[in-house]
Amino acid sequence: MSYLLKRLAFYLLTAWAAVTINFFVPRMIPGDPVQALITKQRGQMTSEAVRSLYVLFGLDKNESLASQYFSYLGQLLRGDLGMSFTFFPSPVSDVISDGLPWTVGLVGITTVIGFLLGTAAGAVVGWRRGTWADSLIPVTTFVSSIPYFWLGLVAIAVLTGPGSFFPASGAYEIGLVPNWDWQFIGSTVQHGLLPGFTILVSSVSGWILSMRNMMVTVSSDDYVTVAHAKGLPERRVMLAYAARNALLPNVSGFALALGFIVGGTLLVEIVFSYPGLGLQLFQAVGAKDYPLLQGIFLVITLSVLLANLLADVAYLALDPRTRREA
Amino acid sequence: MKDRILEVRGLDVDYGLGPDAVRAVRDVDLTLHRGEVLGLAGESGSGKSTLAYGMTRLLPPPGVVAGGEVIYHLDDGTTVDLLRMRDADLRRLRWAEIAIVFQGAINSLNPVQRISAQLMDVLKAHSAGSTPQSRQDRARELLSLVGIASDRLHSYPHQLSGGMRQRVMIAMALALEPRVVIMDEPTTALDVVVQRQILRTLVGLRERLGFSVVFITHDLSLLAEFSDRIAIMYAGQVVEEAVSADLYRTPLHPYSDGLLRSFPALKGPRRELSGIPGSPPDLRMMPSGCAFHPRCPRALDVCDEQVPVLGQSRDNRSVACWLHPVAVS
Repeated sequence: MSYLLKRLAFYLLTAWAAVTINFFVPRMIPGDPVQALITKQRGQMTSEAVRSLYVLFGLDKNESLASQYFSYLGQLLRGDLGMSFTFFPSPVSDVISDGLPWTVGLVGITTVIGFLLGTAAGAVVGWRRGTWADSLIPVTTFVSSIPYFWLGLVAIAVLTGPGSFFPASGAYEIGLVPNWDWQFIGSTVQHGLLPGFTILVSSVSGWILSMRNMMVTVSSDDYVTVAHAKGLPERRVMLAYAARNALLPNVSGFALALGFIVGGTLLVEIVFSYPGLGLQLFQAVGAKDYPLLQGIFLVITLSVLLANLLADVAYLALDPRTRREA
Repeated sequence: MKDRILEVRGLDVDYGLGPDAVRAVRDVDLTLHRGEVLGLAGESGSGKSTLAYGMTRLLPPPGVVAGGEVIYHLDDGTTVDLLRMRDADLRRLRWAEIAIVFQGAINSLNPVQRISAQLMDVLKAHSAGSTPQSRQDRARELLSLVGIASDRLHSYPHQLSGGMRQRVMIAMALALEPRVVIMDEPTTALDVVVQRQILRTLVGLRERLGFSVVFITHDLSLLAEFSDRIAIMYAGQVVEEAVSADLYRTPLHPYSDGLLRSFPALKGPRRELSGIPGSPPDLRMMPSGCAFHPRCPRALDVCDEQVPVLGQSRDNRSVACWLHPVAVS
């Protein structure tokens, strides 16, 4: 328990450091967002408006950096991430909460499915080492080396078009209002199939490879031989002895993958024009939308930290050796 | 003559397949009698463990049993060949008849399961009618058998010392009251004091439960104390087999003699410790004639030409050495 508390304190410290860096880095970049916005409006702004923009962005010069920093922290705690330029005058928090569910839904579900499928397949392939199952390995190596966005482009070129079941872009039929009815959910699933499939194909082979290799390593460990010698049923030796131990490194890999859900599949969202956080990040970079960038980076940082915390908890549950009992 | 329980006949074990195969165990014959302790001694790489894994069909790939048979005598008088049994039958026989205590107790226990689970799963696998409560009672009983307090039942392996883990492994081996226990260097990884304690426990348990033991070690003086008969292995072959007192007092094969001079004697007359010069042969390039002749202090001319076979020598002992030619019958 004290181990978990220590980890928790560590993550809080890391989160604070990330937030602080997030505050200082944009302020070290030359130019400021108000100038960028004035340029965007082609200079057609009254000086009143310019001054209020400076206040709105927290950039009024009378405030010291330290007091700016503390009011930034205070705003952050209230969930106030400032205003977005690209989606002006929407606040960043609204923009992010529009995009986040799509990304988490699409990439999150495919990551979990990919991990489960890949790990199960890898366990079986590793256990049946030296049989036909080995021929799967070159195939998965090949597939895992294909960039997923390229796979997405190919899928769009081949499978979409007039009259095709698969839509080429978006997350749901244009004209539908997002709510929890069957028509909308069906449309969402239909739009998610292709991007989901490309992510799945490219991620599942990685899990197969790593799990298979761990299975092979663990299978030659003494306790697996002992389990065989004990005359236990093959299934139990494979699951409770070999796979149970081979799983451990894959779990930490899975937690890392969860952390990259938010930021890691930018390209799929661009290719499929999927309205998630990745597409927003892309737009924010193009439009020099610092507040939105800052907000998305913050979400990415926090989700990586959260995923690491999850990995720690999972490890505590799965590996008794990490539990420091008194 | 006592009843035979386990017979190994002409066992060959290879590593690898085809022309690249290396023969690690060559034409080994061994007989274990009921209630007997058979010691199997030799240097590292002499094929002792490969023999043990080979005869129980536990050899990990690329190990392959290339020939021979392993006859097990069941209680009802029938015999089975372990190497030719169906997998399901073999699984039923394993642990119930032949249990194994492995070399590294540190690695023999599944690190992520409590020892209670590992003691109880073997009970569950072999006696379908048992209840969880009866299995737990039996697990407690087994731990007390090897001198471990039953409150350690729910410990994880990493919470136990090396000696305790080896005790747990011994308790586990006895879970189904097997007739034969194969012990592959069960005390090698432990310090001398713990070694003695565990051996004493083993001797006591064997007297009470009456199982037969194949005891594999490189420590010949330990075997002399603990076993009834000793077989000496060199380069995959049995080179001498004798009642342990005979072998200890008058080793016939120069290799046995060399092994005895490699460990300080625990009892009896002092010997000069000289060890054996050189190292075991490369199994891919075995010397001609007797495999031991390049290291043998008493090699004859015939030794690098002809392979001596294991047989009864004139003084009625079993040895493969040209110094003690096989009696012509």
